[in-house]
Amino acid sequence: MDNNKSWIDQRFPLTKVWNEHLAEYYTPRNFNFWYFFGSLAMLVLVMQIMTGIFLTMHFKPDEANAFASVEYIMRDVNWGWLIRYLHSTGASAFFIVIYLHMFRALLYGSYKAPRELIWILGMVLYIALMAEAFMGYVLPWGQMSYWGAQVIISLFGSVPFIGPDLLVWILGDYAVGDPALNRFFALHVIALPLILVVLVFLHIVALHTVGSNNPDGIEIKENKDKDGIPKDGIPFHPYYSVKDIVGVVVFLMIFSSIVFFAPALNGYFLEHANFIEANPLKTPDHIAPLWYLTPFYSVLRAIPPMFGSQFPGVVGMFAALLILLALPWLDRSKVKSIRYRSWPYKVALGIFVISFIVLGWLGMEPVTPINSLLAKIFTVTYFGFFVLMPWFTSIGKTKEVPARVTE
Amino acid sequence: MKKLLKTTLSVLAGLTLSLNTLAAGGVALDSANTDINDQKSLQNGAKLFMNYCSGCHSIEFMRYNRIGKDLNISDADVEKNLMFNSEKIGEKIISSMSKTGAVQWFGTTPPDLSLVARSKGPDWIYTYLRSFYKDEARPFGVNNKILVNASMPDVLWELKKNKSAQDFDQDVRDITNFLDYVGEPAKLVRVDLGYKVLSFLFVLFILSYLLKKEYWKDVKYGKWRAKD
Amino acid sequence: MLEQEIDLKKRRFLTNATSVVGAVGVGFVAWPFLSTWLPSARAKAAGAPVDVDITKLEPGQLVRVLWRKKPVWIFRRDASTIAALKTLDSELLDPDNQEDQQPVYAKNKHRSIKAEVAVIVGVCTHLGCSPTYRPELGAADLGGDSWKGGFYCPCHGSKFDLAGRVYKGAPAPTNLVIPPHHFVSDSLIRIGVDQKAS
Repeated sequence: MDNNKSWIDQRFPLTKVWNEHLAEYYTPRNFNFWYFFGSLAMLVLVMQIMTGIFLTMHFKPDEANAFASVEYIMRDVNWGWLIRYLHSTGASAFFIVIYLHMFRALLYGSYKAPRELIWILGMVLYIALMAEAFMGYVLPWGQMSYWGAQVIISLFGSVPFIGPDLLVWILGDYAVGDPALNRFFALHVIALPLILVVLVFLHIVALHTVGSNNPDGIEIKENKDKDGIPKDGIPFHPYYSVKDIVGVVVFLMIFSSIVFFAPALNGYFLEHANFIEANPLKTPDHIAPLWYLTPFYSVLRAIPPMFGSQFPGVVGMFAALLILLALPWLDRSKVKSIRYRSWPYKVALGIFVISFIVLGWLGMEPVTPINSLLAKIFTVTYFGFFVLMPWFTSIGKTKEVPARVTE
Repeated sequence: MKKLLKTTLSVLAGLTLSLNTLAAGGVALDSANTDINDQKSLQNGAKLFMNYCSGCHSIEFMRYNRIGKDLNISDADVEKNLMFNSEKIGEKIISSMSKTGAVQWFGTTPPDLSLVARSKGPDWIYTYLRSFYKDEARPFGVNNKILVNASMPDVLWELKKNKSAQDFDQDVRDITNFLDYVGEPAKLVRVDLGYKVLSFLFVLFILSYLLKKEYWKDVKYGKWRAKD
Repeated sequence: MLEQEIDLKKRRFLTNATSVVGAVGVGFVAWPFLSTWLPSARAKAAGAPVDVDITKLEPGQLVRVLWRKKPVWIFRRDASTIAALKTLDSELLDPDNQEDQQPVYAKNKHRSIKAEVAVIVGVCTHLGCSPTYRPELGAADLGGDSWKGGFYCPCHGSKFDLAGRVYKGAPAPTNLVIPPHHFVSDSLIRIGVDQKAS
């Protein structure tokens, strides 16, 4: 065994990689509940790739056959229904995990120096994931797939000057149809997954360079013993590997409960109207994107057309997404963790979370005057969180940060 | 944590309710109250569907022998009692009505019903089939409270006339149950499988939790605490 | 707590137990994935038994039908062909059907239910090409006078007689496969299912 190891080590840094990233990668020992979601996101990514590969073997990316091929998977392919439910539930689970993972960063200031690049890579991952999920949702070619694609792609048509031509280029046709389905399939099964995997790799490389943040927001590397090991650090393996396994099993229990007992989750994970084949002649009464995209869809709807163009709404929607990239520089606070932050930040974060959830909920609801007003208010508070951040992070009294992590 | 969970659950429940009323277009739906595990009901539903509905409506994603296998009906019985439009037991259930004929008679093509239970829900089917009323203004002399100006005649009128209200409701419930099954045949097995998977994961959870606790003794009792 | 107080035995036990149960779980998960590669209900339906009407089949004439995406030959043999089948034993690899390449009811010299009607899966047992029908007696390219009619595989030169039995010296290791089949009536053959099963 040891002989084999050295044979490999002379040719490939196996032991070195193992030590640097697992056995001698020192991680703060005070991780809490919120720190499960990074490894869970990796798990879901692997699950999506595995189930996706097997779905690809039976799916037909063709206007005439796509819808039927999904039902073929659901009925005629042995165990196809399970693979498909794992994949469709996995898509929503991915976003739940990612949103909690991002919220953790907000709670403990994980995006602050020296982790700005980790945050930016993570945000690019998040945007790529949204594109991946959106294109995946088009593939079953149900009514929601079709009309959702129609609405989202039409946004590009509102770009000044080049909009209409851009739209036709994206679609390869004059409306959503076979060419769009086919190219979205290619992007969904190969291009974006490759990008996601590469970004995840970079995200982790960046993380392992600076080391993990923790609920106290303390740099454990600033406090090392005589061997150069952080006093508050423990090796990732075995301590966090065994802990993450518990997290994985608990996650799988919740995940399986949805897959086996409520795979459509009452229309939230698989929309009712998507069980009707795409029909270019008939728009469903009520269309909404899947829940994970709705906060941004709400922002789009909240911003009124200006100068006869929908473009400002589109800009607003993308701004809502891209402004997250600026977070590391908007936050002026001296402390990272919510535990030691001043009260204005806590209030602002609370309002932000409420805004995000309400916008998400509004995005699934039909437009009414009240909903419209609510969407406008919460769009303002959403952006307010970022615009006012330099101010509210520099006022109020922060608590003293201890030198060592707390229990 | 607990509080968070509770609020999330109550919010979800509220959303679910609002969605259900929305689906009916404002009209409250009667609860179909079907039981997918009631094989007798499914068998009766299959028989009624094949006799009263399959003349016009296909269930194009369903195969005859799959119904036989899932509902415990022998191939011979399926061929004798359920197969009217087809010769081979492995074939899909396609109505015998030609599309042009359909447009002539009903002004529209009768929709495929493979997934109607998934798009509209069992309650809708159950209520719809029981909501026909006399309306001389319509081509077939009937109209429907749920789907106003439906093109479909009240094909179950004979059943309604000859049976007690209770028995008729049960028949409609059986058809609904059958269509619910047709919408997702995997429903018959996935719940049972779910309990098995969860039991397995529970065992794995106990083991992994004990493993974690064992290793974390090091952290708790100071093997990895600062050596100062 | 000191390092030596760590219960290594318990630790090892729990590690192994978790690993074994986890591996069993992975095995359970692997099964649905792998079984998606088995024939689907659609493939099975498409591979359903095929009926062939042989009313108009002349002696020496061969028809091909597809059963489970494979060519199946149905041809009528005349009395002289049937007689010739009995004279070839010394040239054949397995003249008496020792290999299990046919249902029991076809385990005879003519490898069929009725001597005059042959039903054979037309796929070479060497590497899966479909041999060509060469009924002409004494074909010069197939050994001249000794050729009593049969099948010749263009891919690697395997030869079979008119009962689908392989000649010695051919790359094909066994006789051609006889599919399950039965006579629904004198003129109708159902390929794909045995008598007793239907």
